[in-house]
Amino acid sequence: MTGVRVAGVGLTQFGSQPERTGRDLFAEAADRAFTDAGVDRDAVEELNYGNFMGALAEHQGHQAPLMAEAAGVRCPATRYESACASAGVAVREAVRTVAAGDADVVLAGGMERMTNLDTEGATEGLAIAADDLFEVGAGVTFPGAYALMANAYFEAHGGGREELAHVASKNHENALPNEYAQFRKAVSVEEALAAPPVAEPLHLYDACPITDGASALVFVSEEYAADNDLDAPVAVTGTGQGTDRMALADRADLASTPAADDAAAAAYDDAGIGPDDVDLAEVHDCFTIAEVLAIESLGFAEPGEGIAAARDGHTTADGDLPVNLSGGLKAKGHPVGATGGSQIAEVTRLLRGDHPNSDHVADAEVGVAHNAGGTVASAVVHVLEVAE
Amino acid sequence: MSDETAGNGASATVNAGYDEWIDALAEGAGYALVCPDGHGSLPPRRVCPECGSSSLSEEALPERGEIETYTVVHVPSPRFADDAPYVTAVARFGPVRLTGVVRGVDPVNDGNGDTGDGDNADAVDDAVEVGTAVEVTVGERETDGGRVVVFRPVEE
Ligand SMILES: [Zn+2]
Repeated sequence: MTGVRVAGVGLTQFGSQPERTGRDLFAEAADRAFTDAGVDRDAVEELNYGNFMGALAEHQGHQAPLMAEAAGVRCPATRYESACASAGVAVREAVRTVAAGDADVVLAGGMERMTNLDTEGATEGLAIAADDLFEVGAGVTFPGAYALMANAYFEAHGGGREELAHVASKNHENALPNEYAQFRKAVSVEEALAAPPVAEPLHLYDACPITDGASALVFVSEEYAADNDLDAPVAVTGTGQGTDRMALADRADLASTPAADDAAAAAYDDAGIGPDDVDLAEVHDCFTIAEVLAIESLGFAEPGEGIAAARDGHTTADGDLPVNLSGGLKAKGHPVGATGGSQIAEVTRLLRGDHPNSDHVADAEVGVAHNAGGTVASAVVHVLEVAE
Repeated sequence: MSDETAGNGASATVNAGYDEWIDALAEGAGYALVCPDGHGSLPPRRVCPECGSSSLSEEALPERGEIETYTVVHVPSPRFADDAPYVTAVARFGPVRLTGVVRGVDPVNDGNGDTGDGDNADAVDDAVEVGTAVEVTVGERETDGGRVVVFRPVEE
């Protein structure tokens, strides 16, 4: 085993940019990652690329070779698909490859193009992350699935729309200074409560937007960083993944996310840390209720207590454990297949001190990224630490 | 193209195992697959997804199930465009849970909209709640006539 460093991170603007091709989006993110890393493209030994619905959105399968070209690398390239956790699993394989000593330099990340579809098309595209026969055929949309989880959570533990509105308001506030964010506008709890319903109890501001964007990361071995005098102070020290039954109805519990429990336990074990050691987290808040479930799985709140964390100030920018300082999927945006890589980029920037919100976590040494697919049938957790 | 080939919405695609199951459900003879340890699952299956047992037998679903969670969908997928708003629920029927559309309730409440008061009240607050007893059958989507699992509230 060798140490794995984040040598460089690259993001595109997140937002509605329907005219941009997927290859152009990923090319820009990769270019920024190489510039940030100070690593030559020639050094890349593998490309691990995440994408979810390119076959529907761009009529483009087999995207990995295309993205290797776009990034200007010539090496084995593979596309990873785990719905909204596609880039998370791509990153995980990059980390494992470097840690195992199989490569010194791996490019990872992802891309999603979504806004060129109309709302119906995007809704249908996202729905394919659920069980087509037993869920989508029964009217379950992506927001609908999380609404089913939200109602189950309220029934089991209490809480309601107001607590969720605090999550939305917090994440919009965090996105204000983030130059990559889709929405840089404050949303009050009252505005969130008054917004129209999407799938009750979830309303418009409980849901992340439809987003185009890409993320790219250059991972290197500790030895490569030292030999090449790279400025790569952040290490990936833990990785974990979990899988659950595909359909919500087949889960043991509708109000928790066991796949994320498993991913978190494995990542903490890998890093040799526990939830108390974590200074900041980027979690998969595709819907406000998803942030609540995520922080419970990560051990930041007991089951049933995560619902009040944002309202009570524990997870706000100046709370004891800031969650989604980037703005999260909620306000920064959610280009599905890019999100898991974007989270790693944001945690890295926050720990390095060059994120617009770094001042809120000036002494932070440990950050966690939590990326989920579907209704958390897939989950990936990474631990990042300041190594020098 | 996607609608013609997409799973449950398809007119052309045959999904062996699933199609027989929903036929049986429509005839009032719905079943679950059950392993010797009592784990329930839905077809097609070769092994129990919980324990891997290949000894699966068909067991009739109870006549009544109980809603465990539900939502009122306002923004539908294309297959449900003309059905929205509608109520989708997950209901426990013996060894399995089923996911279906709740019919026989008004998904839009009596004119005062969503309360937005922070509690879990919503449009169907009187007609459907967690614990509501339902029977299961098969109906048609208004949008395209495709078959859909339907729950109807029944008197306790
Ligand atoms: Zn079994």
